[in-house]
Amino acid sequence: MPSLIDIRRRVRAVKSTQQITKAMKMVSASKLRRAQDRVIGARPYAQQMLRVLNSLAARVDHDAHPLLSESTSSGAPPLLIVVSADRGLCGSFNSNIIKQASTFRQESTDRDVAMALVGRKGRDFFMRRNVDVRYEVVNIFQHVKYAHAQDIARTAIEAFTEGRVSSVYLLYNEFKSVMSQKVVVERLLPLPRLTPDNGGVTGPQVDYLYEPSAQEILTSLVPRHVEIQVYRALLESAAAEQAARMTAMDAATRNAQEMVDKLTLYMNKVRQAAITREIIEVVSGAQAL
Amino acid sequence: MASQLTLSIVTPERELVRVQVDDVELPGSEGYFGVLPGHTPMLATLTVGRLTYRSGTDTQVLAIAFGFAEVLPDAVTVLAQMAERAEDIDVARAEAARTRAEERLARTEADLDYDRARTALDKAVLRLQVASRARGK
Repeated sequence: MPSLIDIRRRVRAVKSTQQITKAMKMVSASKLRRAQDRVIGARPYAQQMLRVLNSLAARVDHDAHPLLSESTSSGAPPLLIVVSADRGLCGSFNSNIIKQASTFRQESTDRDVAMALVGRKGRDFFMRRNVDVRYEVVNIFQHVKYAHAQDIARTAIEAFTEGRVSSVYLLYNEFKSVMSQKVVVERLLPLPRLTPDNGGVTGPQVDYLYEPSAQEILTSLVPRHVEIQVYRALLESAAAEQAARMTAMDAATRNAQEMVDKLTLYMNKVRQAAITREIIEVVSGAQAL
Repeated sequence: MASQLTLSIVTPERELVRVQVDDVELPGSEGYFGVLPGHTPMLATLTVGRLTYRSGTDTQVLAIAFGFAEVLPDAVTVLAQMAERAEDIDVARAEAARTRAEERLARTEADLDYDRARTALDKAVLRLQVASRARGK
């Protein structure tokens, strides 16, 4: 039976852990609020962009743009952009992403998968394995900038247009709500055709004047669209990470509390048992006299 | 016909402006153009430049860089990569950026990314112009 002092020591240890988890929960709660605002802030741009792209796509020959047409270099591997977090202690956030990425690699058995790794956790995992890493960036989630997304998008677009990869997929945690994050895989390139299901608009089209030509506008619009998709994914992932951490830390704090309660109860029992034993000793000692 | 335009300026970070205006002047990639209510629907690409809008007697100037403008008879939507209000511009930073860009352009190295340096200079000069104009008022 552990002594009273041992138990007391453990209670103290659990309590200090609990304080840490509680603090982490608070921190991620406030970070989450900011991340959420940014996701919402980025939405109008993405929506407007989609709308403009839509009205253009209806007018211009789809295969005219290299980023819209299927790749001809069929031997090249697909590129998977994996967005993970830089830090751990956020529940199954990173392991879900890594699991999904591994599944993706196994599913495309006929050829290898090239990878672009965003976030330290994903990078560390795949760097230790034998994978074809084309791009990596860490430590951007402290403050996600549009320039980061531009950089990633440019790499992807270059690799695609030069035929080094046959397609580009984006894997990230979508911020559903504070309680739930969903791992999603999206095809980034070639751009999927817009249908009413994925944000496309049917119905009457506005007849625009174009300055310069519709083709030229499309040429500059499509890469921008890819950038904004990546940017949105980064922001979603950042918000989802904080939400996941908040939930995980909340659970940890509650578990710690439970443990403290259990240990305290046990400690009291031990103490009582010790007192009872001493009384018995005293009483039986008195009787022996 | 609409008597006013709804101008909304959005950047990847946020929606910067949403106001009712009487007219707008935009830096199109083929030259500045003005838009009045009732304009024919138009899509235009934008370059580095000043965006001026007027509602009543109040005229506002913004620095914007790259993007698109969608013009409808009663609305103008600007999707800009960068957009800053005159009062938000950090003059010291723009000044430093201009000096840096000028230095880069002055060097004659083969590996110089000329377009990038040029754009940086344009942006910096534009910011300074817009900021000084706003303060001169």
